[in-house]
Amino acid sequence: MICQECKQRPATMHFTKIINGEKTEFHLCEHCAQEHGDVFMFHGNAGFSLQNLLAGLLNFEAPTKGAKQNAFQSIEILQCERCNMTYNQFAKIGRFGCSHCYHTFAKQLQPILKRLHSGNTTHAGKIPRRIGGSIYIRKQIAHLKQKLQELIAREEFEKAAEVRDQIRLLESRVSKHGEEG
Amino acid sequence: MSLEKFLNTAVSSWMNQEGPDSDIVLSSRIRLARNIVDYQFPTVFGNEEAQHIVQQFEQTFARQSHPVVGRFELLKMNELQTIEKRVLVEKHLISPHLAEDCPFGACLLSENEEVSIMINEEDHIRIQCLFPGLQLTEALEMANALDDWIEMHVNYAFDEKKGYLTSCPTNVGTGLRASVMMHLPALTLTQQMNQIIPAISQLGLVVRGTYGEGSEALGNIFQISNQITLGKSEEDIVEDLKSVVQQLIAQERMAREALVKTLNIQLEDRVFRSYGILTNCRVIESKEAAQCLSDVRLGIDLGYIKNISRSILNELMILMQPGFLQQYAGGALRPNERDVLRATLIRERLKMEERKAMEGDENDVR
Repeated sequence: MICQECKQRPATMHFTKIINGEKTEFHLCEHCAQEHGDVFMFHGNAGFSLQNLLAGLLNFEAPTKGAKQNAFQSIEILQCERCNMTYNQFAKIGRFGCSHCYHTFAKQLQPILKRLHSGNTTHAGKIPRRIGGSIYIRKQIAHLKQKLQELIAREEFEKAAEVRDQIRLLESRVSKHGEEG
Repeated sequence: MSLEKFLNTAVSSWMNQEGPDSDIVLSSRIRLARNIVDYQFPTVFGNEEAQHIVQQFEQTFARQSHPVVGRFELLKMNELQTIEKRVLVEKHLISPHLAEDCPFGACLLSENEEVSIMINEEDHIRIQCLFPGLQLTEALEMANALDDWIEMHVNYAFDEKKGYLTSCPTNVGTGLRASVMMHLPALTLTQQMNQIIPAISQLGLVVRGTYGEGSEALGNIFQISNQITLGKSEEDIVEDLKSVVQQLIAQERMAREALVKTLNIQLEDRVFRSYGILTNCRVIESKEAAQCLSDVRLGIDLGYIKNISRSILNELMILMQPGFLQQYAGGALRPNERDVLRATLIRERLKMEERKAMEGDENDVR
């Protein structure tokens, strides 16, 4: 098969684009595929890497040009005090320099996390055993509070009272721990 | 080196052991990404920090024996030959990134090669468990146990709201990537994969070729993994993936049945033609070899071919990769030399199966 774009080189890249159920097929050579902005999913062995895609997501200038640029200009000066990474650097490589970056770029990160993790921004999984002591209790409280609401909704007030007592007990333990973590 | 001896050293346990649903699921893998709180991420850290982390692992973990997994061996990337590293990549024990771009990278490898812990890759620590067949839950349990084991000696970078902090925000939260390698020849042959892949990606899962991002699905082998790591518990992530995998298994089985019903003799013909190529070829490229191996494996699963063990696909798909061929040859090979050696290796490996089958028959007679 010959590349449908330049009609010279053999087509080595085959794309299927589906937009709103409408299927379009492309057969391109590596060269033309790279020039094709909207079907940049794969390019050669360097591969379509999540990092590249992500950098596109983070770098508001390049892909959208214009409109959004001004709103985000102030971000460019943002710099992590621990590893000296700037937001611009992060946007370029799609990776943070240290764990403190999550704190430094917290505001900008929120919408990105939403896009990457289908709307989620809060961890709901494992908590490290050793350093996670008080966090673990607070998670438990959050879980119990949810349960409490469910019980009240179902008008199971006796059980609800039990859960409420459990919450109080845990809360008193956390307040003894103080405001850490 | 004789082929048998080479195989003994080259084949990891997950490649030739059977697991649940291993007619379709070749392997299950769990990866946990973790970072150490006081160090900068490998993206920017200095050599000193990097060496310090490797030292810490060498002193604390390489000499210890884990109660379940057993002993670990520490492999440092800068002490390995290029071919050795390539072999580890082809066995899926380390990532290409660790092998090529991480001079201070290292890997703690368990004796049975089920567990590999990469150090100083994109994150400081990446725990990886690889099991045969569909065993995601088992692999997750093992990874969790190792995670706790490491946490006894290391302070993880963890945030109450964001979970485990990773170098790349695509992994933050659980740091978990669960993936399953599936052989889906009937769905591919009936062109259903074209519809299935977009449907799967809408569920927050990704479908890729055998060797990760950007690689094509050689030999009808697809890798399916979760995309979302934040906002879901580890168990939910694994359950969601599992339920999709189970549906795919059911669909693949249905497609196989339909194929047998509608084009029985043509399918049998295709299988045996491929078998003929593999047992007689003198030069073969990896793409053709992968397709033929996939056909033969399908033939074994459908009962057309008897006396060949199923694991032949898992095993040869890996052994015929450039790195392995060069290790077998004991030196660098040009691409056309590889194609010749690949053909020889596959032929001899299949002959071993025939011999085994004949010995088995003789025993039956006695």
